[in-house]
Amino acid sequence: MMKEIVIEAEGLTKKFGDFIAVNKISFNVEKGEIFGFLGANGAGKTTAMRMLCGLSIPSSGKAAVAGFDVYKQTENIKQNIGYMSQKFSLYEDLTVKENIRFYAGIYGMSRASVKEKMNSLLDLLKMSNEENSLVKSLPLGWKQKLAFSVAIMHQPKIVFLDEPTGGVDPVTRREFWNLIYAAAEKGITVFVTTHYMDEAEYCNRVSIMVDGVIEALDTPTNLKKNYKAVSMVEVFLQLARGATRSSD
Amino acid sequence: MIAITVKNIVKTYGTKKETITALDDISFEVSRGELFGIIGPDGAGKTSLFRILTTLLLAQGGTATVDGFDVVKDYKQVRNRVGYMPGRFSLYQDLSVEENLEFFATIFNTSIQENYNLIKEIYVQIEPFKKRRAGKLSGGMKQKLALCCALIHKPSVLFLDEPTTGVDAVSRKEFWDMLQNLKKQGITILVSTPYMDEAALCDRVALLQSGKIMSIDAPQEIVKSFKGQLWAVRSANMYALLKDLKQYEGTISCNSFGEFHHLLLKDGTNEKELLTYLNQHQHTSIELKKTEPGIEDCFMQLMNKN
Repeated sequence: MMKEIVIEAEGLTKKFGDFIAVNKISFNVEKGEIFGFLGANGAGKTTAMRMLCGLSIPSSGKAAVAGFDVYKQTENIKQNIGYMSQKFSLYEDLTVKENIRFYAGIYGMSRASVKEKMNSLLDLLKMSNEENSLVKSLPLGWKQKLAFSVAIMHQPKIVFLDEPTGGVDPVTRREFWNLIYAAAEKGITVFVTTHYMDEAEYCNRVSIMVDGVIEALDTPTNLKKNYKAVSMVEVFLQLARGATRSSD
Repeated sequence: MIAITVKNIVKTYGTKKETITALDDISFEVSRGELFGIIGPDGAGKTSLFRILTTLLLAQGGTATVDGFDVVKDYKQVRNRVGYMPGRFSLYQDLSVEENLEFFATIFNTSIQENYNLIKEIYVQIEPFKKRRAGKLSGGMKQKLALCCALIHKPSVLFLDEPTTGVDAVSRKEFWDMLQNLKKQGITILVSTPYMDEAALCDRVALLQSGKIMSIDAPQEIVKSFKGQLWAVRSANMYALLKDLKQYEGTISCNSFGEFHHLLLKDGTNEKELLTYLNQHQHTSIELKKTEPGIEDCFMQLMNKN
């Protein structure tokens, strides 16, 4: 049986003046897959991700996300994806409940389904006692788990996670990954960037970007075999050491 | 010779009604020339500790000295002797690379030339961009410039607050190589990081969690103090495996660790029983072997104990 493809990129390119931030990248991501999108700082990950989220129009190439075109159907894309990043995800000055209600509103969920979702979400995260706390008073790990749950509340086809676990304690970091696994099991495709190389091992497939190009794309097992490495750190170091540019 | 002493330091924030304890009665010493790591996640209290030691924040209780000087009474002497690289980039964005360096040298009554040998190795990497404004530098270059500025007055103790957070694996490695070189020049370094794997690169580390030090020792000693035999397990379906292992009655703890799960079994549970259990749960391609714990295993074990 053919697996459903939810992200399809072919020769996707973004130029800023003379600078080619993303240079003809091509790949497919299947439904329910956990896809690790790795690369050194400045390799072009964020630019590529912005194009896939419908936030930046490509210079050339083709891509479809959840079946929608990244040039013409960016609004449809936004309705079918979830997004969270380490830097910005929730409103610090709103309570837990207010944040959930706010995002539910943005995603156009009905009042009845918001109420139901609110309770099941607070239960799942064991945060019912904190529902009226300001988000800024929560530990980082809790915030990130909440942000992830909010990002998939409207059951998007794909969720994009930009370094979701930076600085999170080791126990909570693993709880976070359990949420990712659970989402993938329900058929939500997970597209994730990280600097923790052990987390690269948790992905079904991993791509490694160097200087705007996808240098390698395979399962962690095959990548280690092909680069004769014992760990993903080694694979990453071998590939990214050749990078000539660095930026944020 | 002691470079840093921390004695019963307590730091709280907030009002009487709602107090957050950032540092809860912590004590340790750092020897001269040591590369000492404070390992802990976001919110552990790392930054509060750094700000107290660099005289930028007052503790509610306890005392601390840097290079023999009290951080409260002798704050001026302390400031002359320390280099501080805060977690957030805090150089002047509108000044060029060269101007920033000149500025910091002048403030400390010295010149770039006087201590150039100390920063040379790092500075040559950003020198081609010396006319560029600091705000326009890439992350890696900003980090190098900040380190140069923290070093230009030849501090005896260097404080680096999460210098590698958000930095990719290659740049992190380069940064730690730079630290090893500075250590060779006799500078005491106190560095904090949320990346547990970086602990192995320090002479000694303190594992900090919720304002408390859970353990202080050389990284190899901390690893030795891990209680129990750790197993590495994998199978064809890792998520199902994790769930099943957590359910298993003989399990004390089970955590994902890259391509394996790390499993700690109760006394009296043998591997045969475990394999039978896993077979019953339809796991295929099962691999089970003994493994050595890392700092992260120890950190989690200590976290669970507290």
